[in-house]
Amino acid sequence: MRSRAFPLIATFVVFVALYLIGYQRFPAFGTTRVIANFLTDKSFLGIAAVGMTFVIIAGGIDLSVGSVVAFTGVFCALAIGRLGMHPLVAFAVILLIGAAFGAIMGAVIHFYKIPAFIVTLAGMFLARGGAFVLSQESLPIEHSFYELIGDLYYVFPDRGRLTFVAVLFVVVLVVGIVIAHFTRFGRNIYAMGGSRESAANAALLLGVPIGRTTIMVYTLSAVLATLSGIVYSLYTSSGYPRAAVGLELDAIAAVVTGGTLLTGGVGFVAGTFVGVMIQGVIQTYINFDGTLNSWWTKIVIGLLLFLFIIIQKVLTSYRGTFTFRLIPGLSRRAAESKTSASPP
Amino acid sequence: MTDQRTSSTPAPPRPKSSILSSLGRLAAGNRRALFPLLALVLILLGNWLISPSFFSIRVVEGRMLGSIIDIFNRGAPTVLLAIGMTLVIATKGIDLSVGAVIAICGAVAAVLISTTDLSPYVVMLLSVGAGILCGLWNGILVAIFDIQPFIATLILMVVGRGIAQLITEGQIAVFNNPTLEFIGKGTLFGIPFAIILTAIVFVIVYLFIRRTALGLLIESVGANARASYYAGINARLITLMVYVISGICAAIAGLIITTDIKGADANNAGLWLELDAILAVVIGGTLLSGGRFYLALSVIGALIIQSIQTGIFVSGLPPTFNLIVQAVVILAILFLQSEEFRRPFVRAWNRMRKTA
Repeated sequence: MRSRAFPLIATFVVFVALYLIGYQRFPAFGTTRVIANFLTDKSFLGIAAVGMTFVIIAGGIDLSVGSVVAFTGVFCALAIGRLGMHPLVAFAVILLIGAAFGAIMGAVIHFYKIPAFIVTLAGMFLARGGAFVLSQESLPIEHSFYELIGDLYYVFPDRGRLTFVAVLFVVVLVVGIVIAHFTRFGRNIYAMGGSRESAANAALLLGVPIGRTTIMVYTLSAVLATLSGIVYSLYTSSGYPRAAVGLELDAIAAVVTGGTLLTGGVGFVAGTFVGVMIQGVIQTYINFDGTLNSWWTKIVIGLLLFLFIIIQKVLTSYRGTFTFRLIPGLSRRAAESKTSASPP
Repeated sequence: MTDQRTSSTPAPPRPKSSILSSLGRLAAGNRRALFPLLALVLILLGNWLISPSFFSIRVVEGRMLGSIIDIFNRGAPTVLLAIGMTLVIATKGIDLSVGAVIAICGAVAAVLISTTDLSPYVVMLLSVGAGILCGLWNGILVAIFDIQPFIATLILMVVGRGIAQLITEGQIAVFNNPTLEFIGKGTLFGIPFAIILTAIVFVIVYLFIRRTALGLLIESVGANARASYYAGINARLITLMVYVISGICAAIAGLIITTDIKGADANNAGLWLELDAILAVVIGGTLLSGGRFYLALSVIGALIIQSIQTGIFVSGLPPTFNLIVQAVVILAILFLQSEEFRRPFVRAWNRMRKTA
């Protein structure tokens, strides 16, 4: 178990290093303003990434996240602006729609054995397409409730603002950690992701309800994506069908840099938080610098992704080769981590 | 992970009439080809019903025009990507970076032709060379470092557009060079050159893969890399090779896209085209779990996707419905291909035959 935490520790070390580099160059990094802004600016990415963590630990993938965020925003804008719904009612309705959407994707993946990649890709097209059908342009949201939420923040002594969405992100994170590590559902997810591909389906033998868990995982991810969409609409006070394009890729990058293995079965929700914060630090640094172009964000995130993959590879392949040598045929990871064979 | 579907599906029912029975035999023999071809025919028929002039081809100034030509012409980049993607997926891999590679290769071509005195042919070669480098990078990560293909190619997908931006310095690099533009805009024997180029690439890859043992080796690596290694196949080299082929295909697609609009747009060139290509391969019946692959059916898959898009365009339906219609049609095809989805219908049909 401890060795599984190595990627998480590595991620944390890199986060601290990046933060210190930023602090050394721009002392403003030390203020609560910047730190609280990390949380606020990355709140919607973070909430979506928590859901993605569960899906990836379960051995799947969810590409529909960004589109669901956009659909949620447009839906909220229309429900509040045109239909005159109270925001809370609109939120409840869209969360139900999101849950149904996720449940259907999970059911299709489980019952019809269509790969998650393809099902959620179709889900991505459907949700984005739905957002475009609802509206082609950005819709502003003007409601006293949105202003109320916007005014709801805690001010630190040096005028940093801990906003409502930032707190919501932290709450989702804590709930996510509890679900992952202290509930039966969480254990089922780990068991399923750790054994899904093996010939004798160990999770099934352990009595994990595969179908129910699969459907629940995708429902959870879609609900969190919807919540992320609500946060996005609170954050921008608008609904825009082109919003959050590619958010799922940022979320996957955050999950992977956070030490979760894409093969499933291994990972930490807390690691995802650090992964999201790393992206926040990089973006803030590049914004502060001013001379660097914004595409450097993507390049640095990609290079970090590369770095983490190599770190994980060194750690896991060492363990994998070792067990493979001891008990041939019993180490799933040793066999799976080799896309092409190498002599044992 | 070989062909599970054909082995476990019950033999299809034999209708009594002669035409139907011959169709039934065709379906039994080429079950895999049936659904994609049927889907393509149905979509084209649907397009024809919506717009009766759909199949008409007229020649204007020595260049063929018409919706069918348009499907082939606009579909050329996706077809090219699907060819490379099929081989990658056959090895149990995936290449998410092809859209970014399109942007990089387009940027290389546009910047070289507008800022240097290099011959356009050298520029083409250098652009394809950039694609080979991208493919090598992916291939080395997957084959040598044993990184999961999804993540390995995700890195280039994220970084690639940034690199393209660096090459074009954030501008849309425009150029003017008749030789280079011929790739995307030229016409040969009345047919748009992009179609001919795509056909040539398909034939070369097909011969290279199917007239040698290479295709078999690729399927073997995809089915079981370790067993292939013990059987004496250089699994790493095969894996490396398919990513390089995918990179070359993406580079050619990038050249077509860039020269068609006479400019390299680092942000939008080939955006999300990797998803279309993966869908095309899946519609063509190649399993994401690797093993057997169907090069020609992937091309059909790519043409299906383009036919849907052209059909929506021709029908005058608001483009806002584009994504939804595309998703619904693709889901329908995938459902039909899912054995689990067909099972209750097949059972009901068999029961009906028994009682009749």
